[in-house]
Amino acid sequence: MTPRQPRAKAQASQAVPTAVSTAYDLASAELLPTATPIQLVDADGHPVTADAAGLPMPSDDALLRAHELMVMGRRFNDQSGALVRQGRLAVYPSSHGQEACQVAAAMVLGDNDWLFPTYRDTVAAVSMGVDPVQILLLLAGDWHAGYDPYEFRCAPTATPLATQLVHAAGLAYAAKVTGEDRVVVALCGDGATSEGDFHEALNFAAVFKCPVIFMIQNNEFAISVPLSRQTAAPSLAAKGVGYGMPGKRVDGNDVAALLAVLGEAADRARRGEGPTLIEAHTYRMQAHTNADDATRYRSAEEVEPWAARDPILRSEAHLRARGVLDDAAVEALKQRAEEMAAEMRLGIGKDRDLDPAELFEHVYAKPTPQLLEQRAQLLDELAREEATK
Amino acid sequence: MTPMPSAGTPSPRVEKITVMQALNRAMRDAMTVDETVHVLGEDVGTLGGVFRVTDGLTKEFGERCFDTPLAESGIMGFAIGMAMGGLRPIVEMQFDAFAYPAFEQIASHVAKVRNRTKGQVNLPMVIRIPYGGGIGGVEHHCDSSESYYTHTPGLTVLAPSNPADAYHLLRAAIASPDPVIVMEPKRLYWSKAEVDLSRPRPPIGKAAIVRDGTDATIVTYGQSVPVALEAAEVAKREGRDLQVVDLRSLVPFDDATVMSAVASTGRVVVVAEAQGFSSFSSEVAARIGERCFHSLAAPVRRVTGFDIPYPPPKLEKHHLPTVDRILDAVDSLQWEDQ
Repeated sequence: MTPRQPRAKAQASQAVPTAVSTAYDLASAELLPTATPIQLVDADGHPVTADAAGLPMPSDDALLRAHELMVMGRRFNDQSGALVRQGRLAVYPSSHGQEACQVAAAMVLGDNDWLFPTYRDTVAAVSMGVDPVQILLLLAGDWHAGYDPYEFRCAPTATPLATQLVHAAGLAYAAKVTGEDRVVVALCGDGATSEGDFHEALNFAAVFKCPVIFMIQNNEFAISVPLSRQTAAPSLAAKGVGYGMPGKRVDGNDVAALLAVLGEAADRARRGEGPTLIEAHTYRMQAHTNADDATRYRSAEEVEPWAARDPILRSEAHLRARGVLDDAAVEALKQRAEEMAAEMRLGIGKDRDLDPAELFEHVYAKPTPQLLEQRAQLLDELAREEATK
Repeated sequence: MTPMPSAGTPSPRVEKITVMQALNRAMRDAMTVDETVHVLGEDVGTLGGVFRVTDGLTKEFGERCFDTPLAESGIMGFAIGMAMGGLRPIVEMQFDAFAYPAFEQIASHVAKVRNRTKGQVNLPMVIRIPYGGGIGGVEHHCDSSESYYTHTPGLTVLAPSNPADAYHLLRAAIASPDPVIVMEPKRLYWSKAEVDLSRPRPPIGKAAIVRDGTDATIVTYGQSVPVALEAAEVAKREGRDLQVVDLRSLVPFDDATVMSAVASTGRVVVVAEAQGFSSFSSEVAARIGERCFHSLAAPVRRVTGFDIPYPPPKLEKHHLPTVDRILDAVDSLQWEDQ
């Protein structure tokens, strides 16, 4: 019997050999981040003249606006912490020290753009215009999300890690396919980069060239676990090349550099060139939340140098040196921040009526018969409780 | 639910089609009338899906039916963002057990976004999941995963058992302002029936009595419906008249139809492929026990899969509810008390 010619082999020999290149595309190297974080203003407030990235210094107006938002953000952080101590909020994850990142993320977004924040990005949300009292309603225990995401183009703050990054990519995709001029900024921390959804979000965004910017606030800690336990990568920004998108490292306490790097990424997204990954190097000055004890995992000596790199002190020194900020302006700004804090105390401090029947109203567009039964049961319980008072 | 769009009295469009073709038609018709409807998933584009349910959609609608990277959580999260951004995505999960990586996105976001935002953000999206066994599939391809979803408030969960319901329930799911999971009976993908595409079916939330009977009621759904109907045929020859209720919509659950059916016979067997312990069939049995106790002549029986991981193909016949097992359960309903 003649051995049969293996069919697969015969077909393979007919196939036109295509140039399957295994050569590394050198253009990919351009996607890699710079060796040191991009900086436009140093820790003492002096402009950095020889920056490798060649990015222009933002305008005085932009820098002043950023400074103003950071001062308000710092006051928001501190007041929120105080409200926890007074028992008005269950908990508060402070972004004290990270205000530059959050303010810059909001500032590069225009009237049609969206922000996807995490629980630690309340200052970014406030900078998007969300009412400081509304955003705290989650932590006050009133409801899960206290503001209308469409009104502020700000997604509800995400508590699960990295899940919101995929939503951001999807919303950016929707804008792209409907021809809407829209850029999306999605925020996460260094710990979230270990989650599968971080990978999936970046991969989807790059494959579909979505107009989205992913900014990691690398604050060195995921509750107690240091960055060295999250990754062995040379930098978090270096992960960008793995998805085919540029990765940028930036000084996360330098609001000027952040505005420049984020602005460049937003322009790129608007031009249809796809997503950018930004790693902002910063530091979580306070514990994870008020319920956490940071002395169990880091020393005061470690925290101290970061105080000298404070983004607000740096911005103030820089703006004073530029001659666009004086004592009177600093005082006026402080006054405005105090007014906001007073409104927060008033808003969160007052008793708000909560309607138990509302528990059943937003599960489906129309409550199911079963939910109506359960609603009636609860209302009956409450009525009987009321009657025995 | 919004009734299907119609202009005056629709002329009947009766066609003999399979469940798979009905689902395909539902997506095609929805995509034709609403350009915000997009389909995404693994292999749904050029290939038309591993079961061919999305066959031809990419050819007709281009990138509105598109292949994604192979990542179920990513697909689900991406669809959430698309829905927030004004689109109506239809997600295909390739197989029941392959949807598990997406579970966090489903349970923590798809199901909760409306609630978290007090109704300010709706997610009009559909998640299609081919489910169930009896096809000789290897592990991870035959799970009945509906109970994970029915246990999660905020999700609407549908389980069509025939081409007409497959078409109309999927159209209703696409039109729904809420996220809807459609459990597709993969063993019945190729089963054919005449369907009047123009004639609206009972809406989401309504069960159907698919066979009248006076002696006992079988409550079932999805791909167990034909097994129950066959059992009823055999029982008829044996002198028992069984009623069969096809739930169609697991959430919302049609208590009214189920309870009045059970009350009319006083005997009931709940049938589903899924493992019985802590399952949707347990919920059905419990509801009947709570609401129909005084109409019952016998305890509610369940015929379900055993409480084992889905078996290998050569052994699955022992796991799945069969006509004999259903009839044994019917036999045990204390007839001697009559």
